[in-house]
Amino acid sequence: MSGVKTKRSQKAGRVAMPEQAPEARIENFDEVPLGYTDEQARTEAMRCLQCKTPACCEGCPVQVDIPAFIRLIAEGKTLEAAAKIKESNCLPAACGRVCPQENQCEGLCVLGKKGEPVAIGNLERYAAQYASDYAARHGVDGPVKRPASTGKRVAVVGAGPAGLTVAGDLILQGHQVTVFEAFHKAGGVLSYGIPEFRLPKRIVQEEVEQLARLGVRFELNHVIGKATSVHELLGKEGFDAVFLGVGAGLPSVMGIPGENLGGVYLANEYLTRVNLMRAYDFPRYDTPIVRGRNVCVIGGGNVAMDAARTARRLGSERVSIIYRRSMEELPARAEEIHHAREEGIAFKTLCSPLEYLGDEHGMVKQARCQVMELGEPDDSGRRRPVPVDGKEVAIETDLVIIAIGGNANPIVTKQTEGLALNQHDYIAVNENGATSCPGIWAGGDIVTGSATVILAMGAGRTAAQDIHQYLCDGNPSTARCADTA
Amino acid sequence: MSRVLKKTELVPGIWQIEVETPRIAEKALPGHFVVVMADAFSERVPLTIADFDREAGTITLVLMVVGASSLKLSRLREGDDFYAVIGPLGHPSAIRPVERVVMVAGGVGTAPIFPIARAYHEQGVEVVAIQGARSADLLFWTDRLASVSAEHVVATDDGSAGRKGLVTEPLAEVLAADSPKRIGCVYAIGPTPMMKFCAKTTEPFETPTIVSLNSIMVDGTGMCGGCRVTVGEQTLFTCVDGPEFDGHQVDWDSLMSRQKTYHVQEGIAFERMLEAHSNS
Ligand SMILES: Cc1cc2nc3c(=O)[nH]c(=O)nc-3n(C[C@H](O)[C@H](O)[C@H](O)COP(=O)(O)OP(=O)(O)OC[C@H]3O[C@@H](n4cnc5c(N)ncnc54)[C@H](O)[C@@H]3O)c2cc1C
Ligand SMILES: Cc1cc2nc3c(=O)[nH]c(=O)nc-3n(C[C@H](O)[C@H](O)[C@H](O)COP(=O)(O)OP(=O)(O)OC[C@H]3O[C@@H](n4cnc5c(N)ncnc54)[C@H](O)[C@@H]3O)c2cc1C
Ligand code: SF4
Ligand code: SF4
Ligand code: FES
Repeated sequence: MSGVKTKRSQKAGRVAMPEQAPEARIENFDEVPLGYTDEQARTEAMRCLQCKTPACCEGCPVQVDIPAFIRLIAEGKTLEAAAKIKESNCLPAACGRVCPQENQCEGLCVLGKKGEPVAIGNLERYAAQYASDYAARHGVDGPVKRPASTGKRVAVVGAGPAGLTVAGDLILQGHQVTVFEAFHKAGGVLSYGIPEFRLPKRIVQEEVEQLARLGVRFELNHVIGKATSVHELLGKEGFDAVFLGVGAGLPSVMGIPGENLGGVYLANEYLTRVNLMRAYDFPRYDTPIVRGRNVCVIGGGNVAMDAARTARRLGSERVSIIYRRSMEELPARAEEIHHAREEGIAFKTLCSPLEYLGDEHGMVKQARCQVMELGEPDDSGRRRPVPVDGKEVAIETDLVIIAIGGNANPIVTKQTEGLALNQHDYIAVNENGATSCPGIWAGGDIVTGSATVILAMGAGRTAAQDIHQYLCDGNPSTARCADTA
Repeated sequence: MSRVLKKTELVPGIWQIEVETPRIAEKALPGHFVVVMADAFSERVPLTIADFDREAGTITLVLMVVGASSLKLSRLREGDDFYAVIGPLGHPSAIRPVERVVMVAGGVGTAPIFPIARAYHEQGVEVVAIQGARSADLLFWTDRLASVSAEHVVATDDGSAGRKGLVTEPLAEVLAADSPKRIGCVYAIGPTPMMKFCAKTTEPFETPTIVSLNSIMVDGTGMCGGCRVTVGEQTLFTCVDGPEFDGHQVDWDSLMSRQKTYHVQEGIAFERMLEAHSNS
């Protein structure tokens, strides 16, 4: 493939993953990092010190046994390495790519104190890829032990990482599982939010197909709370337990003038059109998208980076991230910021929109922004951005994408009687993911607000354990039943 | 699977489609809509549930061909399956405790207004229906609408049926003649400009006016934010907060400019879709 570069980082010796070169990749939607070769993976795995008390594991929300899987890669037992990861993380191909490793596992790796931490995410991705290639070549998914059916039925609402984890865990315990998904494709944010160039959709679909082969039923295009209520699932539909993993949803606006002009998108719509509806392939696909020349993306998280890099690939000449704090506070993954800069995305930090102005057709033409400076630290410990009196900038733009976070989607939460919510309208749960309604569990973004893939999966796993206990002894959060001990 | 059971061309370019979809039929109420996809390449298109039959497990859609996606949908044949039908979505119409209600339908808006009119009629409310179209050959469901109305007025742009002129004229007359005041509210469903002018017409009478907005949508479940509209000072989402809103509070100009967002692409897609048909 052209545009591929392989560089060996010198000093700390971390093996860099080959990537498509920036000038090549802004012309396509193919994945940017290309994956380690066997050789590169083994070299990188060899860097791990195999710590007795591995700090890295503390940073992983689901406690992947990191040194163990890395040792297996170093020994060339990559299939075993993949299985080891899968013990605690059922979507390693996704997590290896999208976990904020610098704040989690890699952030605590001892090697990071002096040099560069072990590339745990890259190795995780490598192991997952190896196992999936192996399965494809040999036509098997590895050994699957399916226990005898318990005759219990579980409904999972939402096919995002939280729901898929619950489905995978419970099918392997012998329960019948049906996943209800509002969209026409499973995967949640992995399908409609995170772009192809960061997480190829085939990876998500493989995972979903694997679950289907295990016996999980998928009912797509089925909106729970509308076509069927949550209580009906437990009632006339005859399910014994329900897990709600419906994700965050409902995006926020800032409430400033001009936000509803033509050419102003909320990031969810922009990304859904491109990723799920394939608007980048219009008119082969029917869904259109506005292709701006001068694009402003408001916000500094992963969603903002994804929107900006997508706009670049759709041919926008100038793409600027507008963020109210400074570079240091950008909440996006370090790799995304790095890739965005390589792709020529401008960062207008300490800048916050005040108003969008439209042309005579009601299409946006300018963003009027307030210049900010950093003041005293706020509750989060980050220095609070404060307006610099009288300093404004006007930015010409024909496409604005707002990526400033979201709120809880009300369809399920507001229509399920007796379901206790927290002060932000997210679902309240106990430490096992059980809600205030007997027989109903919840986890992922609908409990925490927008968080991460791995946290959603962790929440799914916790809830699945509790659901399993409940199904075995009818008593949530109590003693374990025999077959899981 | 959601299957096309029956398809009829009511008038040129407007199709009535019976869809077998028992789960949705079971929950459907007047004012609900569905999001449909013809095939895996399709847009997600919102369409109002114009009628439903719980026992047969069917819903009725009435589709006007205006562009590529509606053209594609109109080409589904009896026995074909939709790629997706999702719903019922949105809030159903709130049937208010009024004495008399005016139902103004413009063009294809007759279809969504019919089940609401029927619901009022079944509550014993006196329904005044005003049905408008460009010309006589584009009028449909006049009998159905008349069967649930105490009074039924037809208006066409060219005078080829009923009175000549816009629906706003009979609307103003009905309101002016309503003395003592018995009309509790007005519904206006149809093209955006028609709803806007109906709302302007009722404003001086201070009659609550309900419109059903047809914003551009993607998911239809409150996730994307594409269907947002300005109502009063607030930004609301048509799919989860609507689709019915107070017509006196809607920012019509902003809605209309948002509806034009994809004008150029729509043209391209429509041409391609026509071509695809002539080649097949
Ligand atoms: C653009 C973007 C980039 C991101 N980047 C990263 C990243 O790099 N790293 C990272 O760790 N995290 C990232 N995140 C966050 C991460 O994707 C989420 O935290 C995670 O997906 C949450 O998983 P979930 O299962 O709770 O919900 P979701 O992934 O949101 O899935 C919920 C599913 O439920 C369905 N649903 C909703 N309502 C209903 C209903 N009523 N009936 C049936 N189905 C319903 C939805 O359609 C959806 O498929 C990103 C998020 C976005 C939007
Ligand atoms: C809640 C809701 C209910 C609806 N119910 C019905 C219904 O029962 N029957 C029906 O025929 N249509 C209905 N619509 C409108 C329908 O969804 C659109 O006509 C359709 O999406 C147009 O797609 P298209 O690709 O064929 O046309 P496009 O190529 O997208 O547009 C072609 C032309 O139609 C105009 N147009 C585009 N979208 C709309 C719209 N949403 N409303 C009005 N004009 C539009 C455009 O300005 C353009 O000039 C509804 C819309 C909403 C939001
Ligand atoms: S799941 Fe995420 S945090 Fe855990 S080891 Fe893998 S990449 Fe690191
Ligand atoms: S902390 Fe770093 S070096 Fe130590 S076991 Fe974990 S990955 Fe290996
Ligand atoms: S259509 Fe996406 S939020 Fe309404």
